[in-house]
Amino acid sequence: MSGVTATDLAKLATFPFVVVSWVDDAGYPIDVATDFDADVDAGTIRLRQPAGDEQAIPTDRVVNVIASHIRPQPGIGYDERRYLQLWGSAAAADAGRVTFTPSRAWGWDEAQMPFFEYSERSVPQSRRYLAQLSAERGHEVKPRLDRFWLFLRTTRLPFLSATAVPVLLGIAIAASDGAFTWWTALLTLIGAFFAHLGINVSNDIFDTLSGADDANVNPTQFSGGSRVAVYGLLTIRQLVLLSAALFAAAGVIGLALVWITGSLTLLWIGVAGMLVGLAYTAPPLKLVYRGLGEIAVFLGFGPIMLLGAYVVQTGRLAWEPLVASVPVGILVALILFVNEIPDRAGDAAAGKRTLPVRLPPTTIQGGYLVAAFVAFAVIIGGVVTGVLPWPTLVALAALPLALGVHAGIRVHYNSPYTLMAVMGQNVNLNLVVGGLLLVGYGATIVVISLT
Amino acid sequence: MGWLPETAERLLGVALVGELTVIGRDGRPISHPLIPLYDGERIFLHSSTLFSKKLEHIKRNPKVALSLSDPIAMKGVAGRATIQGTARVIEEDPHRDWERLILGLWRQKEPAIDTFLKARVALPLFFERSVIEIMPQRCLVWPDGDTKRAPQVSLAPRAEAA
Repeated sequence: MSGVTATDLAKLATFPFVVVSWVDDAGYPIDVATDFDADVDAGTIRLRQPAGDEQAIPTDRVVNVIASHIRPQPGIGYDERRYLQLWGSAAAADAGRVTFTPSRAWGWDEAQMPFFEYSERSVPQSRRYLAQLSAERGHEVKPRLDRFWLFLRTTRLPFLSATAVPVLLGIAIAASDGAFTWWTALLTLIGAFFAHLGINVSNDIFDTLSGADDANVNPTQFSGGSRVAVYGLLTIRQLVLLSAALFAAAGVIGLALVWITGSLTLLWIGVAGMLVGLAYTAPPLKLVYRGLGEIAVFLGFGPIMLLGAYVVQTGRLAWEPLVASVPVGILVALILFVNEIPDRAGDAAAGKRTLPVRLPPTTIQGGYLVAAFVAFAVIIGGVVTGVLPWPTLVALAALPLALGVHAGIRVHYNSPYTLMAVMGQNVNLNLVVGGLLLVGYGATIVVISLT
Repeated sequence: MGWLPETAERLLGVALVGELTVIGRDGRPISHPLIPLYDGERIFLHSSTLFSKKLEHIKRNPKVALSLSDPIAMKGVAGRATIQGTARVIEEDPHRDWERLILGLWRQKEPAIDTFLKARVALPLFFERSVIEIMPQRCLVWPDGDTKRAPQVSLAPRAEAA
């Protein structure tokens, strides 16, 4: 609610008519449509007095004037929603008109504030209302989601693709070295999934507690966290229990693999993975709050995951999986890098100084391109130096996709919702490069087995 | 069954938006553009808990009015109407009640709602909703939509008898 500006009146003048409301003598609101002229300079509106005594706009009480617009979309519904309402008083004027002087204004225009942002800004009202309803009822009234969708949303399950790529690649490199046991490979994948989900949930706990999620009014399906605590779908305590259970499951599988392989190297890799995952948002390090989130993600989803999967199969470290982990880690870090772009206002408000908060847009856009080129250059360099097999060069076919994401970031940098498609392409870039590297290693394994 | 004049019923049948006016805490009228639904007797509107201030106002003062005025939102159906009535908020279970009460009527007017419902996971609070049920008491109709002419006024049978 705010005072009335010339912009408000100029905007009102674009509507073809208004509906005038007041409270009648019986205590009911009454609405009547009428024509109007807005005098922007004078800050007044001349309203045509509707016919009929009872419908005459009163001059002794508060009057509300609202103009609204939608565009029907046959078979679907409507779009172009906007409305503007003004409160003030009316005074008699000449020739069947009254002069309305507004003092307060309120409105919404989805062209200026997308519906999703409007909804997010209204979350505190929902929480207040449900708390009030709970008090009226004497029992808690909570928002709900079906269990499957709630689990998917809470854990951000679709992001498991970021784990699948390095783990499968580590297993494939080991297989190309002649080491492959299917059931330890499967256990590795499941353990890594549990660890990733546990980290996702713990990150949400710390982002909720720090206020970063509350401050973010532009979350998308790729950014802004799960928001289950912000929405009241789960409590922090429930999230802590879920996160602990997921970490425990990952820990049990990790220790089982250490016991099976007898590799202490694997133990240290697992411990490093857990620590990096927690330090990402947890105090005291809070790496993502210091602009170091990309490095943590690079380490976790690159060398740690890929080398871990390789060590499970071979029991040793090697240069090849380390080199292969670099492009994979960079591309997963770039997922975070791009996903932080729409969150930057909320992150800044919560003291979460991510790279898009710290750096100007041109640096972020240029940084993306440089990092993506480095990822592809490492593949080329790995092949040229003989560390990576030549069929992995097939991953270079994804280069145009990276260029497309870069172009998309430049165009949609300031529009969280149109950036969503670009964020999706960026997730796909990691999947495509990872998939092509796997194809390269598949071809390598076939060639080795034939010679 | 209902007593509303035919013009008002026709407008309610097609209206994609009407302005629901409620009375605020300080006594001033506050309008909310909403999609009105009609079952032949009662008018239903609905509100997400995200935008629930109107519900608080109705609980404090149930006297409301609904304006059906925009020819575009009425899909070209002629006429204008204002319906005054008494509202109550139905929200025993904001997660499910509204589906049972009004989803069928809503779907008829806005088929895209099924697409949104499938994406409930993306907008969970939007689908925590309360239903506003209005029993019409008095209706003003401008058959050709021209408010330069006085409206035809109808009262609910009980209100008329009183």
